[in-house]
Amino acid sequence: MTVRILRPLLLLPVFGLLSGCNMVLMQPSGDIAMRQRDLILASTGLMLLIIIPVIAATLFFAWRYRASNKAATYDPDWHHSTHLEVLIWSAPLVIVIALGALTWISTHTLDPYRPLSRLDASRPLPKDVKPLVVEVVALDWKWLFFYPDQGIATVNEIAAPVDVPITFKITAATVMNSFFIPALAGQIYAMPGMETKLHAVINKPGTFEGMSANYSGSGFSRMNFRFVGLDQAGFDAWVAKAKAADKPLSRDAYLELERPSEREPVTFYSSVDPGLYGRVLNMCAVPGKMCMHEMMAIDAKGGAGKDSHANRARLEYDNRYAERGDEGNAATVGGSGRSSHSPEQPQGMKPKSTAPEVKPHSGSDHSGHDHSGHATGAGDAAPAGDGTKSDGPGGTDPVAPGQLNK
Amino acid sequence: MAAHSTAAFTADDFKGPGDTPVFHDAQGKHHPEGGTMLGFWLYLMSDCLIFAALFAVYAVLGRNYAAGPSPKDLFDLKLVALNTSMLLFSSITYGFAMLEMEKEKQGRMLLWLGVTGLFGLCFIGLELYEFHHLIHEGATPQRSAFLSAFFTLVGTHGLHVSLGIVWLVILMIQVQMRGLGDENKRRLMCLSMFWHFLDVVWIGVFTFVYLMGVL
Amino acid sequence: MFSNPDLQKLLFGRLTLDAVPLHEPILLVTFAMVGLGGLVVLGGLTYFRLWGPLWRDWFTSVDHKKIGIMYIVLALVMLLRGFADALMMRAQQAMAFGANEGYLPPHHYDQIFTAHGVIMIFFVAMPLVTGLMNYVVPLQIGARDVAFPFLNNFSFWMTVSGALTVMASLFVGEFARTGWLAYPPLSGPAMSPGVGVDYYIWALQIAGIGTLLSGINLIATIVKMRAPGMSMMRMPIFTWTSLCTNILIVAAFPVLTAVLSMLSLDRYVGTHFFSNDLGGNPMMYVNLVWIWGHPEVYILILPAFGVFSEIVATFSRKRLFGYASMVYATVVITILSYLVWLHHFFTMGSGASVNSFFGITTMIISIPTGAKIFNWLFTMYRGRIDFDVPMLWTVGFMVTFTVGGMTGVLLAVPPADFVLHNSLFLVAHFHNVIIGGVLFGMLAGITYWFPKAFGYKLDPFWGKTSFWFWLTGFWFAFMPLYILGLMGVTRRVQHFDDPSLQIWFVIAAFGAFLILLGIASFIVTLVVSFLRREELRDLTGDPWNGRTLEWATSSPPPDYNFAFTPVVHDHDAWWDMKKRGYVRPVSGFNKIHMPRSTAAGIILGMLSIVFSFAMIWYIWWLAALSFVALAVVTIGHTFNYARDFYIPVDEVVRTENARTALLAERV
Repeated sequence: MTVRILRPLLLLPVFGLLSGCNMVLMQPSGDIAMRQRDLILASTGLMLLIIIPVIAATLFFAWRYRASNKAATYDPDWHHSTHLEVLIWSAPLVIVIALGALTWISTHTLDPYRPLSRLDASRPLPKDVKPLVVEVVALDWKWLFFYPDQGIATVNEIAAPVDVPITFKITAATVMNSFFIPALAGQIYAMPGMETKLHAVINKPGTFEGMSANYSGSGFSRMNFRFVGLDQAGFDAWVAKAKAADKPLSRDAYLELERPSEREPVTFYSSVDPGLYGRVLNMCAVPGKMCMHEMMAIDAKGGAGKDSHANRARLEYDNRYAERGDEGNAATVGGSGRSSHSPEQPQGMKPKSTAPEVKPHSGSDHSGHDHSGHATGAGDAAPAGDGTKSDGPGGTDPVAPGQLNK
Repeated sequence: MAAHSTAAFTADDFKGPGDTPVFHDAQGKHHPEGGTMLGFWLYLMSDCLIFAALFAVYAVLGRNYAAGPSPKDLFDLKLVALNTSMLLFSSITYGFAMLEMEKEKQGRMLLWLGVTGLFGLCFIGLELYEFHHLIHEGATPQRSAFLSAFFTLVGTHGLHVSLGIVWLVILMIQVQMRGLGDENKRRLMCLSMFWHFLDVVWIGVFTFVYLMGVL
Repeated sequence: MFSNPDLQKLLFGRLTLDAVPLHEPILLVTFAMVGLGGLVVLGGLTYFRLWGPLWRDWFTSVDHKKIGIMYIVLALVMLLRGFADALMMRAQQAMAFGANEGYLPPHHYDQIFTAHGVIMIFFVAMPLVTGLMNYVVPLQIGARDVAFPFLNNFSFWMTVSGALTVMASLFVGEFARTGWLAYPPLSGPAMSPGVGVDYYIWALQIAGIGTLLSGINLIATIVKMRAPGMSMMRMPIFTWTSLCTNILIVAAFPVLTAVLSMLSLDRYVGTHFFSNDLGGNPMMYVNLVWIWGHPEVYILILPAFGVFSEIVATFSRKRLFGYASMVYATVVITILSYLVWLHHFFTMGSGASVNSFFGITTMIISIPTGAKIFNWLFTMYRGRIDFDVPMLWTVGFMVTFTVGGMTGVLLAVPPADFVLHNSLFLVAHFHNVIIGGVLFGMLAGITYWFPKAFGYKLDPFWGKTSFWFWLTGFWFAFMPLYILGLMGVTRRVQHFDDPSLQIWFVIAAFGAFLILLGIASFIVTLVVSFLRREELRDLTGDPWNGRTLEWATSSPPPDYNFAFTPVVHDHDAWWDMKKRGYVRPVSGFNKIHMPRSTAAGIILGMLSIVFSFAMIWYIWWLAALSFVALAVVTIGHTFNYARDFYIPVDEVVRTENARTALLAERV
C-alpha cells in the first residue's frame, strides 16, 4: 500500500538512466522481486528529498562563501540558531519516520518465510492453489534441487510453472551459501544443519540466472544455476523428461555428488531415495551417523549421560572431507597439499581449458528449450545404489533443527 | 605521570590581577591527576566484556550436549562450593592486606598477601583436579559444544587467577625490594581491583554454570 | 630438508620449502622489490649513520607525537600493499570473462580479497585514525603526553607486529581465503586447513591488543589530562570524537578478542564453538563478530567527522555551528552503533520483527549523522571559505559521503537488502563511506596537521592534484559497482560468463587507475614539499589561523608540547587567546617532568611476531620459548621504576628562546 502511495516519487530521470542497461533488479520477473524493486525506488526517492538539497546547498555555500567573494555576508561569531537546530534534527527525523514505517510494513509483508498473498499486483492468490515445493541444497559448488511432490531431483537447474507460488526450503551441505535468483526474489542464506525458507512466484516465462551470493570457497565463482519459468504444460514436460532420465539419486550417489566439484552440468534424477533431503538437512546422509534432530531430542531430555562415548563419532560431521581425502573449501598451504601459491587448481576445480560454460540464456521465450544436451552429465556420478539402508528416521518428515522462523 | 593526584584546577584559579584572564599556568600549579586507576578500571571493564562474550556463548551452547553428558552428570557441587570458598577467602585476606598497607605495616601486609596467594593456589589446584577428572571421564572440551563453552569460560577465569598469582608474587618481591612507595601502593591497588573482579566473575560462573546447571 | 621427517616436524612444524612461493612470478618480483627496497633503506640508514637516532628518537620513544607519526607511516606503507591488492582484483575482474580466466586462479584471488579487506581496515584505516588521535589529542587538550606513555609505544609495536604478520604470509605460506571476517564453518579447521586462517587470527589478535590498550590510554588521557578550564563541553570536537571512538574501541574490541580466541580453540584444540557438528553454532560467530564489526565502522568514521569539524571551522574562519548538537550527535551515534549489528545479515532469516527492529535502528543513526552534515553546512554559511587542500577534501567528503549514507540507509531496509546484500552494490556502498568518509578525512587531517608535525606545509599544487585524482577516481571506480549490483552481480567473484558486464568492470578499473594516480600524487606531494620545505616553512606555529590549542605551540612542538600548561576560558581556546590579546610568555620557565624512553615496547612487539609465527606453523618449541621470553621481558619491565625524568630548565629556556627569536625575525 505504502509503496503505491509513494510511487509518484519515483524519479523518472533516474529510472530512465537505470533502464539503459540490463538491470535485472530493476526489471525483475517475479512479484516478490518486483515489490522489492518498488521498495528500493520508493526509499531512494524518499531519501533524495533530503539528499539533493544537502548536496546542492553544500556546493552552493562553498561557492557563495568563498573567500574571494567579498560581497557575501561574513558573520564569524554566528554559531547558534535554535530554529535551525530544530530543523536539522527534525528534517532527517521526518524522513526516517516515513522510511521506518515503510520498513516495518514491507519487512513483514515481504518476509521470505511468509506464504504469498498474491500472484502479482493485479491478481490475488487463487483459493485452492497448491504451492510447488522445492528443497534446495547448496553443495560444493553446485545446487541440488529436490522436488518432493514430483519425486525427482536436479542439479544446477530448477523449473517452475508461471504464476504458481513456490516454497523453497533451503539448506547447505558444508558451508554457508546464499540462494539468490535476482529475477525472482531476494536471497536467503543456505546453512548446514539449518533450514531457511523462501516464498516466491515467477510471473513471466523465461530462463533466469541463479547463483550463490555468499562466498564459499574455491569453486564459488562458478556456482551458478539456471532458473526456468515455464507454462504448466512445459513444466509437466520438464518433469516427465527428468523422470525419463532413468537415473535414481540414492544415498551413495548423493555422497559422491557431494564431493567438491565445479561447473557441474545440469543433471536430472528420475527418482530420489526417500527422506534424503531430511538426511542432508540433519547431517546424517552418511550411513551410521546420528541425525541432528535425534541428537536434539536427546539433548532436550538432558543428554545421554557419561557413558555415551560412542555418540561422539556418530555425530562427527565436519571431518568427513578429510576422511575421504577431499580438500577443504578454502585450504591453504600446510593443509592443501599444494605448495604456496601453486598454479595447480584446488581439488574439484576443472582445468581451465575444459571448463564448460554454464551461460544463462536471456530472452523470454522458452517453450522450445532443449535440455537433452545436459541430461547425460555427471560422468563421475556413482552407479545407483539401492537406497534401502535405513538406520535413521528415513522418510519421516524432517524436523528442521535450529529453524529460525515459523 | 604525577604520582600524587591533586584536585583539578579550573580556569578561575588562574585569574590575573584585576579581571584580565590568565592564559597559562606560570607557577606550574596544574598537575594532571594520575590516570592509572581509571585506566586499570577501563581495562577491567574490557576484560569484563570478554567474560560477557564467553557467558553469552555459554548461554547459547550450554544445552548442546551432543547426545553426551550434561552438567547434572558431571558437576560435583560440593567440590565447587569448596573451590568457591577458597576464592572468597582469598578476597577477604586481600582486603586485610590492603588494610595493613593503609597502616604502612609492610610485614603484616606481605603475610596477608602470602595467605591470599595460597588460597588462590588452592583454588587453581581444585579447578585443575576437576578438569582432570572430567577429561578422565571422557568429558573433554572436544566432546560437545556445551563442554567447549564450559572449559573455555571456567578455564579463562582460571587463567586470570593464575596470572593474578604470578602478579602477586612479583609484587611481593617488589615491595620487599623497594618498600611501600607510591608506585607499589598503586600497583597493589590495581591488583586488588583485579582480584576482587575475578571474585565477582566467579560468583557469576558459580551461579550461572554450576548452580543453574545442576539444580 | 631433512632425511628424518619427525625431526623436521619437531624443528619446523609444518613449515617446509613448499611454503615459499618460488615459482610464482608476481610474488617473486614483489619479493625482489621489497628485498631491494629494504636493502636500499637499510644501506641508507647505515651509510648516513641513522640507526642510532632512529632507535633512540623514534622506535623507543614514548613521545605521543613520534608515535602518532609512526602510526601514520605504517598506515601509508600498508595502504600501498592494500591498494596493490585492489588493483589486482580490478584487473582480474576487468578481464576474466567467458573463455578468458584472467590471470588469478580462484585460490589466489580469494586470498587477495581477504587480504585487501583485512589490511585496509586493520592496518590502514585503524593506524591512520589511531595515529592522528595520538598526535593531535594531547596537543588539543594542552597535555604534555598521554596518560600511559609506555603503553602507547607498546600498542604501536603490537600494531606493527600484526601488520608484519600479515605481510609475512605473502612470502612464507598463504593468507586466509575466507573473506575479511572469516565466517566459520568456512574458516574452521575442516574447510580451511593450513596456515591462512591462522595468519589471519594471530595478526588480528596481536594488533587488537594494541588497539584496545591505546583506546584505554586515550580515554584516560582525555578524561584526566585536560588543561585547566577545559570542561567537557569546551573540548574541541576532534577530541570529543576521539573520546567516543576510544570508548567504542574499549567496548568492542574485547568481543573480537573473545570470538577470535574461540575460533582459534576450534582450530587448534578441536572444540565445537562454531562447527556444524556436536552442537556448535556458526551463526553465533556471525553475530559476535558483527557486534564488534559494526562499532568498528564508527570507530573509523567518528574521528574523520572530528577532523572535518575542525577543518570546516578553521577554513570558513568561523566558529563551528551547533557545537552542542555536534557533541550530542556524536554521543548518540556512539550508543546506537551497538544496536544495529544484525543489519549485516538480514538474510540469515531472523524473522520480520527482528529484521525491522535492526533496520529501523540503523536508519535512526542517519539522524545524528544528518545533523552533523547540516552543522558543517551552516558553518560554511556566512563564512569566508579558503579552499586550501584540507577544505577541498571536506567539501569532497560532504558530497560523496552523503551519497554513501543514502545507499547505506537503503541497505538498511531489509527487503531491499535481500536483493542488494552480498552484491557489488554493497561493496560500492561501504567503499563510498570508507573512502569518501574515513580516507578523505584522514588525508584531510594529514594535510591539515602536517605543518604542525614537521614545520612546513604540504605543497598545495600536488595536494590538489592528489585530491582531484582521488575524487574522480573514486566516482569512476565505484559508480559502476552500484550499477553492477543492480544488475544482480555479487561480490568476491573471480570470473564472469556474461560479457555485457565487462564494460562496467573496465570503467571501474579505470577509476582504480585514477586512484593510483591520486596515491602517486600524494607521495609526490610529500617529496616535493620536503624539497621546497624552506618556502613552505611555518614559523608561527599557526599556519592556518587555527582555533584550537595545538596551534598555540611551535611547529613542530617541543618534546614537552607546552612550556606552560595553557589555561582555557572558552571554546576554541587558541582563537579566544588570540582574540583577547594573549602574549606568549618569554621568561619564568620551569623544569618539566617527562616520561623516559624504553625499548620494552619494540622488544615485546618483535617477540610477539616470533610467537605468532611459531603458532601459525606449529613450531611448538619456538612458541614456548618466545612465550617465556615475552613473560620475562614483561616482568622485567615492571622492575624498572626509573620511568621519568626532568627536562632541565636550561633546555626549556634554550628551546623557548629559539622560538622567541624566530617569531621576532618574522616580524
